[in-house]
This record gives sequence, structure tokens and C-alpha cells, in this order.
Amino acid sequence: MTITFEIQRRKSAQDRPYIQRITLETEDTTVAEALDIMNDGELADDPIQWECSCKQKKCGACAMLINGKPRLACDARLSEFPKGVVELAPLKKFPTVCDLVVDRSMMYDDLKTLGAWLEDEAVCNGTGIAYDASRCLQCGCCLEVCPNFYAGGEFFGAAALAPASRLISEADKTDGKRLQTAYNEHFYNGCGKSLSCKNICPAGIDTERLLVRSNAVAVWKREKRK
Amino acid sequence: MINIIGAGLAGLSAALTLAENGIKCRLISAQQSERAQSVLAEGGINAALNTMGENDTPELHFEETMKGGCYLADPNSVEALTQSAPAVVKKLAFLGVPFNRNANGSIMLRSFGGQKKKRTAFAQSSTGKMIMTALIDEVRKYEAQGLVDRFPHHTFVRIIIENGKCNGVCVRDDSDKKLYDIYGSVIMCSGGLNGFFPGTTTGTVTNSGNAASVLFAQGVKFANLEMIQYHPTTFAIPGKRCLVSEAARGEGGRLFSERGGKRCYFMEERYPELGNLMPRDVVSREMFRELQSSADTFLDMTGINAAVWRGKLSDLRSEIMHYLAIDPAKKPVPVQPAIHYFMGGIYVNERQESSIKGLYAAGECACQYHGANRLGGNSLLGAICGGITAARNVTSDNSDVTEAYNSSEPFASVPSPMFVKETGAVLTRGLGIIRNASELQKALNELNAVKCENAVELARRELAAAMLMSALERKESRGAHYREDFPETKEKYRRTTVSVYENDRVNISFEDIPERRNE
Ligand SMILES: Cc1cc2nc3c(=O)[nH]c(=O)nc-3n(C[C@H](O)[C@H](O)[C@H](O)COP(=O)(O)OP(=O)(O)OC[C@H]3O[C@@H](n4cnc5c(N)ncnc54)[C@H](O)[C@@H]3O)c2cc1C
Ligand code: SF4
Ligand code: SF4
Ligand code: FES
Repeated sequence: MTITFEIQRRKSAQDRPYIQRITLETEDTTVAEALDIMNDGELADDPIQWECSCKQKKCGACAMLINGKPRLACDARLSEFPKGVVELAPLKKFPTVCDLVVDRSMMYDDLKTLGAWLEDEAVCNGTGIAYDASRCLQCGCCLEVCPNFYAGGEFFGAAALAPASRLISEADKTDGKRLQTAYNEHFYNGCGKSLSCKNICPAGIDTERLLVRSNAVAVWKREKRK
Repeated sequence: MINIIGAGLAGLSAALTLAENGIKCRLISAQQSERAQSVLAEGGINAALNTMGENDTPELHFEETMKGGCYLADPNSVEALTQSAPAVVKKLAFLGVPFNRNANGSIMLRSFGGQKKKRTAFAQSSTGKMIMTALIDEVRKYEAQGLVDRFPHHTFVRIIIENGKCNGVCVRDDSDKKLYDIYGSVIMCSGGLNGFFPGTTTGTVTNSGNAASVLFAQGVKFANLEMIQYHPTTFAIPGKRCLVSEAARGEGGRLFSERGGKRCYFMEERYPELGNLMPRDVVSREMFRELQSSADTFLDMTGINAAVWRGKLSDLRSEIMHYLAIDPAKKPVPVQPAIHYFMGGIYVNERQESSIKGLYAAGECACQYHGANRLGGNSLLGAICGGITAARNVTSDNSDVTEAYNSSEPFASVPSPMFVKETGAVLTRGLGIIRNASELQKALNELNAVKCENAVELARRELAAAMLMSALERKESRGAHYREDFPETKEKYRRTTVSVYENDRVNISFEDIPERRNE
């Protein structure tokens, strides 16, 4: 098949972005592979910078905007684009480092602010929440589509909901209080429940379920405290 | 201050151990922990927890690990590994890893290759991801306390050697490309050598093999480089091989070959006792033979019941359906062997110390625990235990100066993709499942003819040569190393293959394996 790539490029955050157009003749493959093919071939002297690690949608490295949608490049097949045009751009809610690479460190800062860890022994509750929530890739796709998330804000989005849900579901009483307070402040109070995050999550995390469960625990524990 | 290179399971484990002891470290990695190869681990982690009523013991775990590795591992290290395994898994449960549980709440164990007892703890078929998530959160606690200082998106350039001792590491900030000299002891946790076989392994592209190459060029000893594990059950996806976890066979999956419509369950026929769960080296070789005699090989998982699919293998099933459009509960899946794990790596002693003082190594980048063939479920365990051991033995000092500079650093170069592909193709030809002297020699000649444009390419070529030369020198068959010209296992080769780069040459020698101490 013939695919025309329109790739937003930028040497560094200081440089102006421009669009590079490249036409690739290839069999059906993933956007990730197509990037490798172009970088090893035509673009060998000036390869497109992008992040990649697992190539099987399990690590979140390759999240980018593909035809305007935040997705994993290793999970996007060229045959999904019948018009033969694929636009690639870096995620927009994060500062660009260069080409398709963004600086996602704010997600990690947010989790530190949230206090996303356990102080005491985990409670094994058998609800399956810990398992589902632990699957989060920290890719940032959910933040990209979230109407309420912006960099530097107090609301941390679904990328924080997932780890928080695991921890809330496994925390004992005292530690649970600490986590709920943080959860309420940095997630519950700011979330509009539009669930755009659920539809976009490449790991298929049911953020609605996490939200309902974590809210229930948070509210329930608040009531018990009274 | 200690510098850890790599933030996969081994790096996190080392950082956590240091932090718990109040020792500060820098956790430096090419990518964030969520992107490390450790998150891909599916099947589980071994520990003789004996929760399945089978009278399992750490001693049996020891024996099977040694036997699986064809007695090429350091028995004292394996002893420490297998003895501490139950406590390691219990600690992971303490940190919230959602292991599958028995009805009485104890940790459930599954069967894995080369082990006669159920010994593999698991969280469905995403065990690595579950463990990594819990450890990332736990390490974050110490980041907030200032004990762990993370440097993601920093790439290893070289170690700093002064008077024969490793006093620090030079790294590149991948955002602004600046180089930094960072002082203090170093623990390498940079993962396996996947990058030497681009596109044909089950691992990640982040584990490029560049760090290992440079260390080799700097004179660090490597061991057992010929011991490369082929996993019997993988299939091709764009840019790599996708693993079908051994858990599939542990839960009842059966291998068969098909010739002219006739099925042969070759593992069950040839190995009645362990059948499909023979160690990986044996299974891969049998698969290879079947494929060579122009049969197709399949994994038949249709006998696995619905409850097992739902409760233990759901991720595996959806992955196969996604990539192959085959429901493995209904139809056999075509599978072939592919490179999966590197038993060899940086030479370390029982304390995880390398041949250079002040330099330690743990996890898949080090040669430890697995001998000539790793048992499934032992490498997650090995990464954690190796990290703990390195952290306990490394000495911390106060030299935490970091200085920026911009000199022309030869090891700051990167190999070109063409170079990587070309050398990779040569290695793939030489280091197949079944090897012989003429193929190995031919590969070595081809390798030496590949032109190097920079210092890292040269370093890479030398380490690649060391792999081929190790395989040439080991004139026997043992574990993952099978020589059709020397099919027997010979006692005189029950020794560690050591590769060193000195005076611009690769030198291969054999070293005795320590005796097991009497406790
Ligand atoms: C698909 C798959 C399934 C597996 N399943 C199992 C299983 O069920 N059970 C089991 O026991 N084992 C399993 N394994 C093996 C096991 O996962 C690995 O051996 C283990 O996780 C290795 O951990 P590590 O910390 O040594 O390395 P990794 O997790 O690979 O981490 C390497 C780290 O080093 C960093 N790094 C690499 N190069 C550089 C550089 N040049 N500069 C700076 N940083 C660098 C990376 O960013 C990363 O942080 C599996 C492996 C694969 C691929
Ligand atoms: S439900 Fe809506 S507001 Fe809440 S995190 Fe998801 S996308 Fe954002
Ligand atoms: S919740 Fe989903 S989309 Fe958001 S960071 Fe996690 S894996 Fe990515
Ligand atoms: S490379 Fe890991 S998710 Fe795409």
C-alpha cells in the first residue's frame, strides 16, 4: 500500500515546528514499524525522533497523535487509514522535546504530589481492582483527551486515577485516609465524569469502574470517619 | 551515593534495598520504568512457597535450577537465590502485587518448565507488569524522601575508571544531549543483549546492547556469552517476536507438529515424564528439528478450560486474538522458537561484583544464576535477588559531584541502524539453535569484514565477536549451546566461558565454577 505521512517535526522546543511529508510504499504494518523503515532508509541522515520500547502496546512509550487522536504507534495499523494519509504529531498537553518526543515528567511529579505509594502492608481484597489498575502504562493518552486536565493544574486526570485506585483498594484504614484525601483533592473534585479517558485508553482500562469503586471507597470511608 | 544504570526490575530492586537502608542512589535509565522490558514478563516468578500441598522445598528449587542450567551456575549464588525466593514473593505480596490466590488465601502456584513441582507464583499472565507497578510505587515513596533520585531519559556512555577502579559513570541527557560525569560506585541493571538481534527477539528495543559493548571495550569481563535462550513458543508481529508464555503449557497447552494433515505430539512422545514442560533448550531444539523436517509447529491450548482462561490467562488470550485473529481456546496457534533471554553477560561473583572494583551488575545484563539454560520464572526472581545482593555489597561514598562538560567523547556515538542490522544478521546465522564450527567461523569472518565508523560500533563488533568465539571454543553441547559437531556434554567444559578485551583483542578462556559450600 502507499501511505503518505505528514509528520510534525521540530529540532527542539525552541525551534519552530514544520511538517515533513514522506510517501512510503509498504505492506500493511504498524505506524511504529513505518517510522523505523523511514528512519533506516530515506531519513537515515535526519531520523524522526520518537520513543519506542516494547513494540507490543505494553509500555506506553510510543504514544503520539495519529490523525489527531492520541494512540500508541505500535498499535496503529496502516490499513486503518483507507485514505492513505497518516498525520503524526507529538502529544499536545506535554512540552515537546523534539519531533514526536514529549516530556511526560509532570505525570511522575503529580504521582509524587499525590503520595502514590503504600505506607503499610497491602490488603489483599480480591476485587480485581488492583490488577486492572496496575495495567496503566503511564502513556498519557487519557490526559490528552481529558477536558479538565491541563499541565500544572491541581487535577491530575486518569493517569493518576489508575495508580490511586490500586492503592486505595489495597490500603489499610489509616493509610487509606491519606490516599482518599489526596484522591479527592487531585482527582474526585476535578473530574467531570465525561469518560473520554475510558474510550481512549490503549490498555483498555475501565476508568469508569475504577472511578465508581474508588469514589465508593472514598465516600464510604468519609462517612465512617464522621 | 550509588549510581544505578537501568530502572527495570533489577534497578528498582537495588534502589529499594539501598533506600530501605538509608543509602542514597541515583536511578538512571534510558526510559522510565514503565517502559522497561520487565513489564513484559507474563508467566510468573518462582519460589518454593509450598502452597499446593506438594512438599516443595527451596532445596528442590536449588536442584532443579542447577540441573536446568546444566551445572554451569555458581551453586552458592543459586543457593542464596532459591533460599530467599519465598521471602521475596511474600514481600511482593506485602507491596500489593495481586497474585492469584488459592481458596484459603495463600499464593497460588503454577507449573513451569523444568520443574516437577508447582512453584511459579503469578498474576494472571501479566506478572511482570504487576510486580513493576508495585515496585515503582514503593520506590516513589523513597523518591519523595530524597533517597532515590531519578534520572530518566539518560543514556549510559561509559564508566569512569581511575587506577583500575570504577569511580563513576558518564551519561548523556537525551533531551539536550549534554554529557555528565557522575561519581560514585555503579550498579549496571541495563537488561539483556536483545539489541544484538534486532527485530528477532521477544524483548524491547531499549535494551540496545550499547552499554554492554562499551563496558566490554573498557575491559570489563563477560561470561557465557554463547548461552542464548530460544523460547519455543513465539510468533511474528511487526518489528519483533511476540511471546506465548510458558504458562500456556503450564496450564495444559500441548505442542504438536503437523505433516500432511497428521498431528504428532512430539514432546509428549519423546519425553513422557515432563513432556511439554521440559526445559526450554530441549523444547526449542525439538521444535527446530520438526520445523527442519518441513512440518509446521503449533501450540494446542484448546484443552484449557474456560475458568483457567478467565482467571489465569485472560491477557494471553486477548493478545493472541488481537495479533493472529485466532481464539486459542478454539484453535491451535502456529508458533516457532525465537531468542528470548541471555544467560550470559557481565561476569559477576557471588556478590554481584564485576571484574572491575566498584562496578556491580544485576538482572539480565549480568551472568548469574541461570547457567546454560534459564528456567522460566527464575529471571524475575534473579533480577530482584541480584539487585538486592548488589545493593548490600556495594560501598557508598560521599563523592556525589556531577559535572557537565561537552568534550568530544568517543563513546557518546551510536551505531548506525545499518550496522546494527548487518551485524545482527551475521550473529543470527552463527548463533542459531543448532551450531557448528564452520558456520561459526564463517560468521566470525563476515563479522570482522563489517566496517566500523565509530567507537561504539567497534565495541559492538568486538562483543559480537566474543559471542561467536565463546560458541566456537565451547566444543561440547550443554543447555542452550548445541553443537552438532560436538553433541556430547563434556565434564571438562563444566566451566565458565570468560571473554575479555585486552590489547585490542578478544580473549576467550575457561574458569572453574566455585564448589558449593557446606552450610
Ligand atoms: C516477553 C517476555 C516475557 C518474560 N516472561 C518472564 C516470566 O514470566 N518470568 C520470568 O522470570 N522472566 C520472564 N522474562 C524475563 C524477564 O522479564 C527479564 O529477564 C527481566 O525482567 C530483566 O530485568 P532487568 O531489570 O534486568 O532488565 P530490564 O527490565 O530489561 O531493564 C533494563 C533497564 O535498563 C535501561 N537501559 C538499557 N540500556 C540502557 C542504556 N544504554 N543506558 C541507560 N539505561 C539503559 C532500560 O531503560 C531499563 O530501564 C520475560 C521476558 C520477556 C521479554
Ligand atoms: S472522566 Fe473525563 S474529566 Fe474525568 S478523568 Fe476521564 S476524561 Fe478527565
Ligand atoms: S489510564 Fe490508560 S490512557 Fe491513561 S495513562 Fe494509563 S494506560 Fe495511558
Ligand atoms: S512501543 Fe511500547 S507501547 Fe508502543
